[in-house]
Amino acid sequence: MKGILLMTLFAPLAGAILNGFLGTWFRKKAHFPAIVAVGLSFLGSLVLFQWSLQHPLGQEWILYTWVPVADLRVPFGLLFDRLAAIMLLVVTTVSFLVHIYSIGYMADDPGYRRYFAYLNLFVFSMLLLVLANNFLLLFVGWEAVGLCSYLLIGFWYEKKTASDAGKKAFIVNRIGDAGFLLGIFTLFATFGTLEYTRIFEIVQSNPGYFSGVLAAATLFLFMGAVGKSAQFPLYVWLPDAMEGPTPVSALIHAATMVTAGVYMVARSHPLFQEVPQIGTLVASIGAFTAIFAASIALVTDDIKRVLAYSTISQLGYMFVAVGLGAYTAGIFHLFTHAFFKGLLFLAAGSVMHATGGELNMHKMGGLWKKMPHTGWTFVIGALALSGIPPLAGFFSKDEILASAFRTGHTLIWGVAWATAFLTALYMFRLIFKVFFGNPRDPALYEHAHESPPVMTVPMWILAVLSVTVGWLGLGEESSLFHRFLAPTLGHLEIVPPMVEKEAGLGLILLSVAAGLAGIWLAYQMFLKGSPNPTALAQRAGFFYRLLKGKYYVDELYQTVIVTPIRGLAVLTFRLVDRILIDGTVNLTGKSLAATGNVIRKGSSARTRTYLFWVLLGAHVLLWFLLKGR
Amino acid sequence: MLSVVIFAPLVLSLPLFFLRGRKAWFGYTWFASVVVFVLSLALLRGFQWETPGFQWEQQVEWLPTLGASYHIGIDGLSLILILLTTFLTTISILASFRYIQHRIREFCIAMLVLEGAMIGVFASLDLLLFFIFWEVMLVPMFLLIGVWGHDRRIYAAFKFVLYTMAGSAFLLFAILVLRLKTGTFDLVTLQQTVGNLPGAIQRWAFLAFAIAFAIKVPLVPFHTWLPDAHVEAPTAGSVLLAGILLKMGVYGFLRFNFALFPSIARDLAPLFMALGVIGILYGAWMSWVQTDLKKLIAYSSVAHLGFVILGIFTFTPWGLQGGILQMVNHGLSTGALFLAAGLLYERKHTREMSQLVGIGKLMPVFSTVFGIVMLSSIGLPGLNGFVGEFLILLGTFQVSKTLAFFGVLGIIFAAVYMLSMFQKVVFSPPREEDRGLLKDLTLREWLVFVPLLVFIFAIGVYPRPFLKFGKIPSQQVIERVAPETPTPTLSPHAEEGEP
Repeated sequence: MKGILLMTLFAPLAGAILNGFLGTWFRKKAHFPAIVAVGLSFLGSLVLFQWSLQHPLGQEWILYTWVPVADLRVPFGLLFDRLAAIMLLVVTTVSFLVHIYSIGYMADDPGYRRYFAYLNLFVFSMLLLVLANNFLLLFVGWEAVGLCSYLLIGFWYEKKTASDAGKKAFIVNRIGDAGFLLGIFTLFATFGTLEYTRIFEIVQSNPGYFSGVLAAATLFLFMGAVGKSAQFPLYVWLPDAMEGPTPVSALIHAATMVTAGVYMVARSHPLFQEVPQIGTLVASIGAFTAIFAASIALVTDDIKRVLAYSTISQLGYMFVAVGLGAYTAGIFHLFTHAFFKGLLFLAAGSVMHATGGELNMHKMGGLWKKMPHTGWTFVIGALALSGIPPLAGFFSKDEILASAFRTGHTLIWGVAWATAFLTALYMFRLIFKVFFGNPRDPALYEHAHESPPVMTVPMWILAVLSVTVGWLGLGEESSLFHRFLAPTLGHLEIVPPMVEKEAGLGLILLSVAAGLAGIWLAYQMFLKGSPNPTALAQRAGFFYRLLKGKYYVDELYQTVIVTPIRGLAVLTFRLVDRILIDGTVNLTGKSLAATGNVIRKGSSARTRTYLFWVLLGAHVLLWFLLKGR
Repeated sequence: MLSVVIFAPLVLSLPLFFLRGRKAWFGYTWFASVVVFVLSLALLRGFQWETPGFQWEQQVEWLPTLGASYHIGIDGLSLILILLTTFLTTISILASFRYIQHRIREFCIAMLVLEGAMIGVFASLDLLLFFIFWEVMLVPMFLLIGVWGHDRRIYAAFKFVLYTMAGSAFLLFAILVLRLKTGTFDLVTLQQTVGNLPGAIQRWAFLAFAIAFAIKVPLVPFHTWLPDAHVEAPTAGSVLLAGILLKMGVYGFLRFNFALFPSIARDLAPLFMALGVIGILYGAWMSWVQTDLKKLIAYSSVAHLGFVILGIFTFTPWGLQGGILQMVNHGLSTGALFLAAGLLYERKHTREMSQLVGIGKLMPVFSTVFGIVMLSSIGLPGLNGFVGEFLILLGTFQVSKTLAFFGVLGIIFAAVYMLSMFQKVVFSPPREEDRGLLKDLTLREWLVFVPLLVFIFAIGVYPRPFLKFGKIPSQQVIERVAPETPTPTLSPHAEEGEP
């Protein structure tokens, strides 16, 4: 199995190197090595999945000791268990489909091979993140996916907005990563190791003993997750990340990288379980982010950004789950979300492809007739996202809502339920604006066309998955998905005031009702025009402007953090370095001005003489020494 | 053998007097530096990695009346810095073929003299010998800046010399005081006897050494000579200045301050760690507002050396070994950054970032190399810089959580200024008139960068052989300075022999 695991991990790296160094040979065939590499990874993860069915506890492989200093021994070690198996399947499946889709989407781009090299490098980094057996190696993958994200967001770097967005993503992520590093330090200072299994063993055999230090450690680790998974208050980079090519948004900024934080929390659940108060904090931030981002999505006109806010919001759901200890439910939502959100982005890319890169939904309309495949798949994705049964999102979202309710967190449940309504509303606002009604921009409508099969086939595959994968979670605790992950993640512990199973049906009906109500309202407002959205916006006044301005968070960060620090830096440089310290030295310099002038005139002529003397002196010294022997 | 390595550059500089023509001069000098590099690699043969104390030791009577002898020898710390010296010298000579247009022979001689003196500094075990090499080194460096530098070269050269001479005065003072009180210049003997001196003398001597080395590092607030010297120096000068000369300050702390005055070093550790952190943040902050590419890199050096100082003053194995590794890392990545800046200067004759635009489009291969180097400088995991910074901060965390917190902030700031620079220079639309000017890498330039990139990746992926150098020297420092190191095990199973 080791061989297959290594192939799965390193094939994309080989692909990236091949394209990076020999890319000029491949030219327009650059996708070939990239797709072969990811294809190998995909096949490898299928074989590994098969293996994990027989080996519920997984296995570790140590390749070599990476950083050995005193007691610290960080191995380059891989851990493959059932959680890794699920993540591997998600990552390689979506990657493979996105690679194929990109052949069509990026066909005419001059950076074709650079694109595939970066994409392959990303897959490698993500797999490393998932397969690492210790926190430091996870961090390597963690920062490496951030690098690929930076490179791919700023892929069209001549556009200032794109390179700005890449930079912003990297820096905001680094803020989270700094916290993550502090978490690693805390863990090492406490346990003297960074390997998951060793730390978890120590923690689990001494329940309650470490809760103080674990509160700090998990809080720091979660800071990393807040950055990477775009939660409040570090979510600001993700909407801007939409400057990157759309397949990248589908893969990195929806299906895989941004879910790394959720994966990390689930992976370190033995630590989080020890400190339920931190778990509640995680869930609260998740719930707040969910409704916060969903409310911005309501008034966003850029179709990709609507999806970006939606991703932030859905990631919030996942944190609600893992924060409340429902790790399997969180991973299940990660699993289904990867397919339907990946699909929505690919479909949005298909719309852009058809309309020459247009993103503003107000210029679209009636595109259904022009591009039925895109329309159908988009609607399937949106229904799945809105939690309409029997599509995938229904099962996973419902499980999270149920977990919140059953663990007694009614407020979090309420927020999550309201978000479900908003989700359906903003998604169908987008659908009615883009695909239905009358064309608002005739030129754009005339020009629009369906995308080639190389793009629509991956979309349909994802659409089929978006419909079906939810059934794996049918039956909640006793479902296939739960039973598969139970050896790794265990079961949800339910706090005493347990809600009877009968109440569960009521909860399901409520959440479906929220989704349907959202769709109905979207239909009334954006297709029928009553209540009139413009009038409503005017009446909402302040609140509407607040939403439209995205709560002015970017502006706040700019004025409160960036500008003062930068201003102070300029001031310090001028005052301290230029005047105070340099001034003193220059004064000394002036007193030497006369000498300086003499030397300035004579120096070039005398260089040779100086050197001669230096060298002569050195040789005399040498001779002297040798003689003294 | 060690003497051969020290004096080989000097001896090998003699034939330059008989050669004619720039090709012959450059070609020969490069060849000579490669020979020295190979000779220095020979020091690795039979090196005892696990043995404390000095190896390749040689002691010859020199000035018995003064109490000085020609005493040389190396441990892992000296060895890795000597290897770094010979390696970077080779690279910087190769990088100067086009940059240096006049007085080529003199340039070549200066480079070789400088190389010999730098190796001498790292190999001396006698304080007077150390001081002589230290001073000899200044002359070629002064000439490098003053003769082959840019427009304000005279000003920068004098500033460099003024600062360093001030430091040297303290250094000489300290050396003389020790000589007068103990009767010897010999480091190994001094280690045994210095502890018997009165506390006040020890404290003053420590401070004098510390000031001399702090200027060299440079620690804030002794740093302002650095940006000017770096900016005005030719590429080779900047590379060696950043790559090697700054390390001598840190080396001095490790070799003299820690070895001779362990208890004072321990007492003052919080002060120096704080200065290190201030250097990290201040350097990063200043880098952010620079418009001159070389100045930005120079200030980033201040930040990186702040990390090194922070690490070694933790007196933990992680901090010390991380600090020693980070010296090498800084030599490689900052050296490479200066090479990149020099390469752009050769083409465009400016260092202003507002003029250097569109590099990504015009020089894609160079931009990739530049990008990797930039990422190594900001400590991206998988490249060399991360291992050093991680170990330093890990060590710091064991000692002071607050300082570790501020140190981690430095990692964020590093991303801010470096990525802003990269965006301005590489990710910007190109100008038409630059199309002919900004050509991609030539074969020679490839040869300059490839060895650096190899090490940048090698240390990042498999740092073990490189960490080996610092292991015993770090242990010795800890034994001397802080016998009771905090061990990171609060686990109740620790005593039961957890695997």
